[in-house]
Amino acid sequence: MALIDIKNLTYTYPGASKPSVYDVTIKIEKGEFVLITGPSGCGKTTLCRCFNGLIPHFYQGEIKGEVTVAGINTFERHTYEMAKHVGLVFQNPENQLFALSVEKDVAFGLENNAVDREEMRKKVDWALNQTGIYEIRERSPHEISGGQQQRVAIASVLAMEPEIIVLDEPTSFLDPLSAQKIFDVIYRLNKEQGITVILVEHRLDLTAKYTDHLILMDQGTIRLEGDPREILNKEETRLIGVGIPKATLLYQLLKKEGFQLGGKIPLSSDELAEQLLEALEHR
Amino acid sequence: MIEAEDIHYSYPNKVEALKGVSITIKDGEFVAIMGQNGAGKSTFIKHFNGLLKPTQGRVKVDGVDTTKTSVASLARNVGFVFQNPDHQLFSETVEEEISFALKNFCFDKKIIEDRVTWALELLSINQYRKTSPFLLSGGERKRVALASVLAWDPQTLILDEPTIGQDHEQKEKLRQFIMQMKAQKKTIVIVTHDVEFVAECNPRVILMKDGKIIADGIGTAILTDPVMLELSSIVLPQIAEVFTKLGALGLPKNIIDIYEAKALLLKVRERLNK
Amino acid sequence: MSVFDGLKFRKVTSPVHNLDPRMKFIYVIVIFVSAILFSSIIPLMVLFVMQLPFVFVAKVQKQWVRSLRGAAFLALFIFIINIVTSYFGNNFTLLASNIEAAIALTLRFVVLIESFSVFFLTTSPDHLGLALEQSRVPYEFAFAFTTAVRFVPVLAEEAQTIMDAQKARGLELEKGNLLKRIRNYIPVLIPLIVSAIRRSLELAEAMESRAWGASKKRTNLFSLKLHKGDYALLALSIGVLVGAIYISFFVSIPTITSLF
Repeated sequence: MALIDIKNLTYTYPGASKPSVYDVTIKIEKGEFVLITGPSGCGKTTLCRCFNGLIPHFYQGEIKGEVTVAGINTFERHTYEMAKHVGLVFQNPENQLFALSVEKDVAFGLENNAVDREEMRKKVDWALNQTGIYEIRERSPHEISGGQQQRVAIASVLAMEPEIIVLDEPTSFLDPLSAQKIFDVIYRLNKEQGITVILVEHRLDLTAKYTDHLILMDQGTIRLEGDPREILNKEETRLIGVGIPKATLLYQLLKKEGFQLGGKIPLSSDELAEQLLEALEHR
Repeated sequence: MIEAEDIHYSYPNKVEALKGVSITIKDGEFVAIMGQNGAGKSTFIKHFNGLLKPTQGRVKVDGVDTTKTSVASLARNVGFVFQNPDHQLFSETVEEEISFALKNFCFDKKIIEDRVTWALELLSINQYRKTSPFLLSGGERKRVALASVLAWDPQTLILDEPTIGQDHEQKEKLRQFIMQMKAQKKTIVIVTHDVEFVAECNPRVILMKDGKIIADGIGTAILTDPVMLELSSIVLPQIAEVFTKLGALGLPKNIIDIYEAKALLLKVRERLNK
Repeated sequence: MSVFDGLKFRKVTSPVHNLDPRMKFIYVIVIFVSAILFSSIIPLMVLFVMQLPFVFVAKVQKQWVRSLRGAAFLALFIFIINIVTSYFGNNFTLLASNIEAAIALTLRFVVLIESFSVFFLTTSPDHLGLALEQSRVPYEFAFAFTTAVRFVPVLAEEAQTIMDAQKARGLELEKGNLLKRIRNYIPVLIPLIVSAIRRSLELAEAMESRAWGASKKRTNLFSLKLHKGDYALLALSIGVLVGAIYISFFVSIPTITSLF
C-alpha cells in the first residue's frame, strides 16, 4: 500500500460556497520527492492541511473521500497523533516558532509527546545537526535570519522523526541563496534519511530538478501528474500559468527552430548546458 | 528625481544600517535594488519619502531636502507600496480604501470619485469596488494596496518586494504594469530578491551589502557577475547560468534574456554548419 | 521602540541570573513583606542596601537606575501627599517627625520597586517560563507567558511598519485636536488587530502540527535544579523574614529625630 493514499477527496471550508479541493486522488510512495505546483488559489495549501488531519479536525468544514497516511485514516485520528508521521512546515517562518530559544522550539513536539529528557536531548541535537543550526541553538528566534528561522521550523518537525515532511512554499520570504540552502537540506533528508518529501512551490526554476513526481493543480483539481520533464514540456502546463524553468523554455524554443538537442528535456541550467555543449562541440 | 548624497543612518538602538550611500535616480528611470535581508535596502528606500531622515548626509527629492519637509508632502510625489498589503488595509470597502490617501491629500470630492474609478480599472479590480478588502485573496489584496497608492498618480513609485507570494501569472501582470508605468515616464524603484523577475524586466540594478552599495549598473552587467551576486545572496538567473557553463564555445556571458539567448545560439549553429 | 527594547529577551549570565527564579521570587516576597512590616527609616534603609550586592553582582546597575528613575515621579507624589496630609491634619504645623514618616513611606515604596526590578532584571524570560512550567501553574499559562514575550518585539516592529505604511499614504498622526488624533490611529489599529488574529491562527495551526495536547503530562528539555546558591538564598530569605518579624514585634526602633 502507498504511504499516502488519497481517494476522491473533496473538501469545502466552513462558509465557503464551493469546494477548495475537488475529487482529488493521489498515491505517494515511500521515499519519493514530490513537487506540487499550480497558480495561487489552486488548492495546494488546502491539500497540505489534509496530510496531517488539520483538515478536517482544525478547520472543520465538509469533507468527502478517503485520506490514508502511513496506514492511518486521518479523519479518525487527532492531528497530534499524525504529528509523529507527518511534519508540516509553513510559509511564514515567523509564525511557527513560539519558544524563546531555538532548541526549545525544536523540542516542543517531543515535550508534547512526553519523551524523556535524555532521549529528547539526543533527538533535538540530531535534528539541529541535520539542518545545520546546532551553533545557534541557544539564540532567540527573533535574532536569527529568515533562512535560519525556516531551518528551525524544519528541525522542529524533524525532531519527531516523521516519515513524511510537507513544506508549503517554505522559501517565498527568503533570498535565493537562503532558499537554495533550504532545498539542499530537504534534498539531503530525502536521499540520506529516506524521508518522503512533499514540497509545494511556485519557483520551479529552483526546484524542478529535485523531483521525479510532479503534481500540477488548478482550481482545486489535479490537472497533470507524473514525470516533471514530460509535464513541463506540455503546452497545457504553460496555459495553466505555471512558471516553467527558463532552461526548459530555451530548450523548447531551440527545438522549434530545428536545433539538434538530446531527447531528455532539461530542468536545470546544468542539464541544458550539457546538451548544448554536446550539440555544438561535436561538429 | 531622487538624489542621495553620502547618507548614513543609525537606528535609535545604535545599529548603523546605512554607511555612506550615494545615488541619483532620474525621472523615468526603472531601478531594482537587490541584496540580502539586513543589507539596508528597506532603510534606504524609506529615505525617499522621508519616513526616515539621514543621520548624516542629504536626501533631495525633486530638489527639496527631505529634512525640511513632511512625509505627507513628500508622499504626494513619491508613492510607496509596502510588501504586505495587510499592513495597510483597514477600510470597509475597497472603494474607501483607495480614497483614503486622496482624502488625506484633500482632493475634491468629484476628483476623488474619478481617481478611484481610474485606479480600480487600471488594476482590473472594479468588480470589488463595494467588497471588503479582507474578503479578497492575497493577490487581489496586493492589487488593492497598489491601487490605493496609484490613485493619486505620484511621479515616483516605490514597490517593496512586489513579487513575494505571487504566482507566475500575477508576476507577469505586474511586469506588464511596470512597463506601462515606465512608458509613461514614471520613476519606478523596486526592492526584490526575485532574480528571474528582474532579469525579465532588465532595469538598472543596484546591489547592496552591509549598508553600502557594492554594484550599480545595467541588468545584463550586474546579473551576470557571479562574484557580486554571491556577495548579495543572489543566484544567477538561469539563462546567465547556462551561458557561464558554455565558456568553451567562446560565447558572451552577459546574456539574461531568453530570446537573445536563442538568437545567439542559432547564430552559433549556423556558423558551425558552414 | 525604546520602550520595547527593555522587554527584549537577552541571554545574560551572572551568579544572580543563574539563581533559580523560584528562590529569587521567594526572596522578593520576603523583602516585600518586611518592607510592609516597618514604617521607620532605619530598617527600610537596611532593606534597601541589602539588595545592592545583587544589583552589582548581576551587573545591571544601569537598567536598575533607569527603573528607579521611572518610579521617581510616583515616589515624589507619595512624599508630597504625606507631607500635605500631616500638615493639614496637625493644625497647619509640620513636625520633624512628620517629615521623617513621609520619607519612610516613600522609602518603603522605593524598596518594593527595587526588589521587583532586581527580580525582573536578573531573570531571563525563558528561565521564568521554565519556573512557571515546573511550578503548579498549568502549562497553558506558562506557554501564554513565553509566547507573549516572544511576540512583543515582533508586534512592536509590525506597529511601526503599519504606521509607516499609512504615513506614506498621507496620514498625519499628530494633526488635529485630541479627538481627531485618537481617530487618526484607527488606520493603524485595525491592520494591527487583523494581523494579530491572522498570526494567532497560523500559530495555532503550527502548534497542532507539532503534537500540541498529545499527552497530559508534558516533559521538558530543561529542568531547574536547586544548587548551593539557591539553598543559601532560601536560608537568607528565611533569616530575613524571621529577623524582620522579631524586630518589628519585640524591638523598639529608634527614629532619626529621637536620636538628636
